[in-house]
Amino acid sequence: MGRTLYDKLWSSHVICDYDDGSSLLYVDGHLLHEVSTPQSFVALEQKNRTPHRADSSLAVPDHAVPTVDRHLPIADPMARAQTQRLVENVARHKIPFIPLHDRRQGIVHVIGPEQGFTLPGMTLACGDSHTSTHGAFGALAFGIGASECGIVMATQAIRQQRARTMRVNIVGQPHPFITAKDIALALIARIGANGAAGHAVEYAGPAISAMSMAERMTLCNMSIEAGARVGLVAPDETTFTYVEGRPMAPKGAMFDRAVTYWRTLPSDPDAVFDSEITLDAGEVEPFVTWGTSPEDALPIGARAPDPETESVLARRQRQIRALAYMGLHPGMPLESIGIDVVFIGSCTNSRLEDLRAAASVVAGRHVAEGVKAIVVPGSGLVREQAEQEGIAAVFREAGFEWREPGCSMCVGMNGDTLAPGQRSASTSNRNFEGRQGVGGRTHLMSPVMAAAAAVTGRLTDVRKLMGSNA
Amino acid sequence: MTPFVAIESHAAFMPERNIDTDAIYPARYLLLMERDGLGRYLFHDRRFTAQGQPAPGFILDQPPFSQAKILIAGAGFGCGSSREQAVWALTDFGIRCVIAPDFGEIFAGNALKNGLLTLALPEEIVMRLGAAAEQGALFSVDLETRLLSVAGDKVASIDLPDGQRTALLNGWDETDVILREKGDAIAAFEALHREQQPWLFREPSA
Repeated sequence: MGRTLYDKLWSSHVICDYDDGSSLLYVDGHLLHEVSTPQSFVALEQKNRTPHRADSSLAVPDHAVPTVDRHLPIADPMARAQTQRLVENVARHKIPFIPLHDRRQGIVHVIGPEQGFTLPGMTLACGDSHTSTHGAFGALAFGIGASECGIVMATQAIRQQRARTMRVNIVGQPHPFITAKDIALALIARIGANGAAGHAVEYAGPAISAMSMAERMTLCNMSIEAGARVGLVAPDETTFTYVEGRPMAPKGAMFDRAVTYWRTLPSDPDAVFDSEITLDAGEVEPFVTWGTSPEDALPIGARAPDPETESVLARRQRQIRALAYMGLHPGMPLESIGIDVVFIGSCTNSRLEDLRAAASVVAGRHVAEGVKAIVVPGSGLVREQAEQEGIAAVFREAGFEWREPGCSMCVGMNGDTLAPGQRSASTSNRNFEGRQGVGGRTHLMSPVMAAAAAVTGRLTDVRKLMGSNA
Repeated sequence: MTPFVAIESHAAFMPERNIDTDAIYPARYLLLMERDGLGRYLFHDRRFTAQGQPAPGFILDQPPFSQAKILIAGAGFGCGSSREQAVWALTDFGIRCVIAPDFGEIFAGNALKNGLLTLALPEEIVMRLGAAAEQGALFSVDLETRLLSVAGDKVASIDLPDGQRTALLNGWDETDVILREKGDAIAAFEALHREQQPWLFREPSA
């Protein structure tokens, strides 16, 4: 029987199997940031340990760092101390580091691929659940906790139970203005926020083959919002072209040798998955979330749910709570929902392609009165490139704030937050209660949909705004 | 980590599905660099009003559930962010066991590293246990006998992989165990791996 991509990645990293069905896996790469590692370094040093292979790591501050006034010391003393702690920890252990003021600095899941740190066929761990992003390269990448960060540093290994496999076949091709984000939200709405729990999800099919690396990263990034720790896309020519020439990627003959190996990774034609789902990209509409879980997603033309019509008690109760938190009336059209803030950024949607797409909607238009709109590029290099292409100017002229790179309002740890009751159109990944600030109300959507909302001041079908057939 | 052997306690019931780690431990407190004493931030934005007053009716602040060592919850408990603070806050508060139909996978892994038992049981049973918990029944969780009992009656066996059970019972530091038992195996694998995929081994100056 053929093997899946996941099987191949797994078996090529098994150090040993345990009697209870778990395995010890070798970890090729470890990405570190300031928020999830202070306690990991304490644990490491309490036992006088050192990193097994410091060269397997790359560290960068991203979560707690400000996106304005970078020339000044970080204003929040706690964020300043945490960022400084990372500087000290990586210096003591000689861990490769991209400092805050380096032009390469950015969100860990943007810079890993950008620097060529992320490669097909590798295992990659990071103390962040959106590490699934790197699966877009055909890497076995997963989020871990702070204790596991310490274990990985000390041992280069991690004990894991093998996941079941799920293939999501994306057939058809998306219509204009339908993005990987819409496909991800449509999938999560269908299978639920825990619908892929315990599974490694492989995205496959013609729509995936046609996707850029940025789109594949968006899709794999959102896997965790369906409960899957791992999302995967098989490496192909698009992948190799992206990787070639990146600073940390193999060069010359070594690159050719790597590609030869990477070509063996895709799932065999006769591989069997534990479950399969098919989704027609041609039928996907622009999706937005109305509630407080990523599974609370609907096409923009829909109405907020009416709990009275929900027969399952637990679901009804959740809907009532979510509608109340979000300040929505049952049955109201989603397009009638006004917004206060627009956030374009996050490890889900802050790459150059995302910013280009949003800028194409914004060009020649202006942010609606009373709306605060910010763009937070995923990295300093994305920011530079966007400035060179004139994208930054488009955003600025339209009334957007053009910020420095970081996680920003996706996680709300750096001062970029919603005020209680404020409502955002956000390209991030989580609409949990309080995620963007205590009492903040988040509607998740794609960059083009967020751009459209910025212009009209309410949730808007970008296709109508752009005069495209909806 | 604190070994887990057996506990007896009331259980607090939070039937909601998909209680995420942002709800368990709000992101702004991640700026703290400690791992002890985080219980005061557990479910902070549900337990306290915007003015910092205790929110009326929050289950974990109502006797006898304020002393509960067991939490019973809806499916998807601990989904979302990988923050281990969610586990540290629960254990600091006194919770030693969470029972739910299923868990966020990273949360469950973190729990294991901190002596917090996550017990996945079918939804129907979880809801029944929740009802008993609301009635004030005493629960007992015994990892040695692998039994979950309610009011003295055995209701389920505790089925988890041997490795996880041993780790919980002994409270061992996992790094110690891996280095002691598998240090040579790691070195041997690494040597072979370096030959097969040399591009994954960058020079330290890179």
